[in-house]
Amino acid sequence: MKEELLRFTTAGSVDDGKSTLIGRLLYDSKSIFQDQLASLEAASKRKGLDEIDFSLLTDGLKDEREQGITIDVAYRYFSTPKRKFIIADTPGHIQYTRNMVTGASTANAALILIDARNGVVEQTKRHSYIASLLQIPHVIVCINKMDLVNYDQSQFDKIKDQYQDFAAKLDIQDFKFIPISALKGDNVVNRSDKMSWYNGETLLHSLENIPVANDINHIDFRFPVQTVIRPHTSAHHDFRGYAGRIASGIVRVGDEITAIPSRLTSRVKTIHLAENQLEEAFAPQSICLELEDDIDISRGDMIVKTANQPNQSQELEAMVCWMGENPMSLNGKFSFQHTSRVGKCVIKEIVYKIDLNELKRNQGESTLSKNDIARIKLKTTTPLCFDAYRKNRSTGAFVLIDEFSNNTVAAGMLI
Amino acid sequence: MSYRLSFLEELEAESIHVIREAYAQFENPCILFSGGKDSIVLTHLALKAFYPARIPFPLVHIDTGHNFEETMTFRDALVKRIGATLIVGSVQEAINKGFAHDEKGVSASRNTAQIPTLLDTIEKHKFDAAMGGARRDEEKARAKERFFSHRDEFGQWDPKNQRPELWNLYNGRKNQGEHFRVFPISNWTEMDIWNYIKKENIQLPSLYFSHEREVVRRGDTLLANSPFLTLKPNEKITKEVVRFRTIGDLTITGAIESKAHTLDEIIAEVATAKDTERGNRADDQRSEAAMEERKREGYF
Repeated sequence: MKEELLRFTTAGSVDDGKSTLIGRLLYDSKSIFQDQLASLEAASKRKGLDEIDFSLLTDGLKDEREQGITIDVAYRYFSTPKRKFIIADTPGHIQYTRNMVTGASTANAALILIDARNGVVEQTKRHSYIASLLQIPHVIVCINKMDLVNYDQSQFDKIKDQYQDFAAKLDIQDFKFIPISALKGDNVVNRSDKMSWYNGETLLHSLENIPVANDINHIDFRFPVQTVIRPHTSAHHDFRGYAGRIASGIVRVGDEITAIPSRLTSRVKTIHLAENQLEEAFAPQSICLELEDDIDISRGDMIVKTANQPNQSQELEAMVCWMGENPMSLNGKFSFQHTSRVGKCVIKEIVYKIDLNELKRNQGESTLSKNDIARIKLKTTTPLCFDAYRKNRSTGAFVLIDEFSNNTVAAGMLI
Repeated sequence: MSYRLSFLEELEAESIHVIREAYAQFENPCILFSGGKDSIVLTHLALKAFYPARIPFPLVHIDTGHNFEETMTFRDALVKRIGATLIVGSVQEAINKGFAHDEKGVSASRNTAQIPTLLDTIEKHKFDAAMGGARRDEEKARAKERFFSHRDEFGQWDPKNQRPELWNLYNGRKNQGEHFRVFPISNWTEMDIWNYIKKENIQLPSLYFSHEREVVRRGDTLLANSPFLTLKPNEKITKEVVRFRTIGDLTITGAIESKAHTLDEIIAEVATAKDTERGNRADDQRSEAAMEERKREGYF
């Protein structure tokens, strides 16, 4: 079997043991180097701590270390003989919702930490909501600090019920519960001998066995063209290749295709993965396609199978997370970036805004501030070729860009 | 057929996508080529991204003047083989012109003098995106980098005001005079690089493999003997069997004692290494935030 890549996200605040958990995963899987450990020990000692403060490992910026908070998304890497892992470690406080959304956007799995003493709290709900909104396929609920509740099964069961009641309202395909103590190492990498009542997997074992490839949409072939390759050399005089990364689906030599938005049709002549020619290719490979006919296709166009085409519309509805410093207001105009396509759009309506603490919908809002999540209607200057984000994370996602500051101000998921 | 990619194939696909985005979104991109393994892998990925065309932008080498001869020979042979354009930004020239300064003393290096040289080269050739082989696992400030990293008109990085980067949508918009640094291999680790070099049979400078060399032991590190090395009192030159884990400026890149002659031996050595690869880079050890501070100024 191939060693695959799993990207997962953790969100949490200072006290819930998130940094300890990440430290424990890295430490027990032997992914921390001695010089890193030595500098961690020294830094922890300078802060007057007896134990190693693993948060110092992920807080990479000077301000973060000084203030003891994670401001930004930090990426950590570790691997086991079975898999390579990328952790997007994000701050959990409500004022960092946008960072959580960023970390969640590329994740296949989310770890949600619950303090066994406190059960489901507002923050748990917020993180779970974001995991559901961003359609992270797998959620692992780690009920942490079991050592502080005497490894009591009834406490674990109570929290599990509590969480299931609340999660029934969300759109999460797969979740599981693991009782752990990150501090003592119970059920993180090694099985706990203090919770014989728990027959499930350890956290690392779960992470190693989540079926990653199944999460990719292999049905709808979508190929956003990034650039056209024309070598102009004597050996490849007539070569005209469309380069891009397959967003979803599978393509084979001979397939009937349509280029959108032009709707011109042709067939796949060759598939190149650098110097190799393939009979078929699949998401998320970066390839180059040659077609039988010389039709006009350029960056921003999408090649799809004639028999399976995406939606096309100028009037769109989407969930957005507002990230800009300045609030978004109705009729505001922005640039958008969707697959390899860019264009302009105007915000027509705020359908409702989500109250992240109560998970309620508030209607009648006319503006969105930083970290707000809302359902909006927008209109683009040219039609967009898209799928619903729920069906296709790659062709359903977009960002909005402020035309004056050039900043990315919103993350959007099309409905 | 099972529709799965190994992690190396997935990392490769991600990097090629980023390189093509940089080419498509910017008018005048380039690759910063140091002669080290990461920039060699980056160049290899760029070749793949545009095959069968040549790499449609130049390689830029910021030359500190303190080079390993092997790196220079390797660089010139590679550039010739792939038919790329090479542009050299010279630190010595920048020093002669007075906008960079040579440090004094025994631990002097030309590391910080690279910054104005790099910024000057970018400005002179009007590059609007400089692709580099930096990886997030290398160093804690680099762990916070975006794939598309904005630089203001002074070439500075503002780590607290970075644009959020979602899915694989990279926002390369900028105003006149600003530029981007692009890091296509952000998500690779040192181990991934070595495994990929082996899988793809990528040629490397001989410095990475075990060889006998005159060195001086300074602190925990072994520095190569060269005309640019100033010995401290009591230090002496000895011959050791060594190799380099990273290759940068001759005066700051430490060697390690190693008998690893082949890629398999190197991979085995990296797998059991107790220290990170930058552990003997004198440039990183000046302070806790040495890398962050240099990056803010415009360091790569």
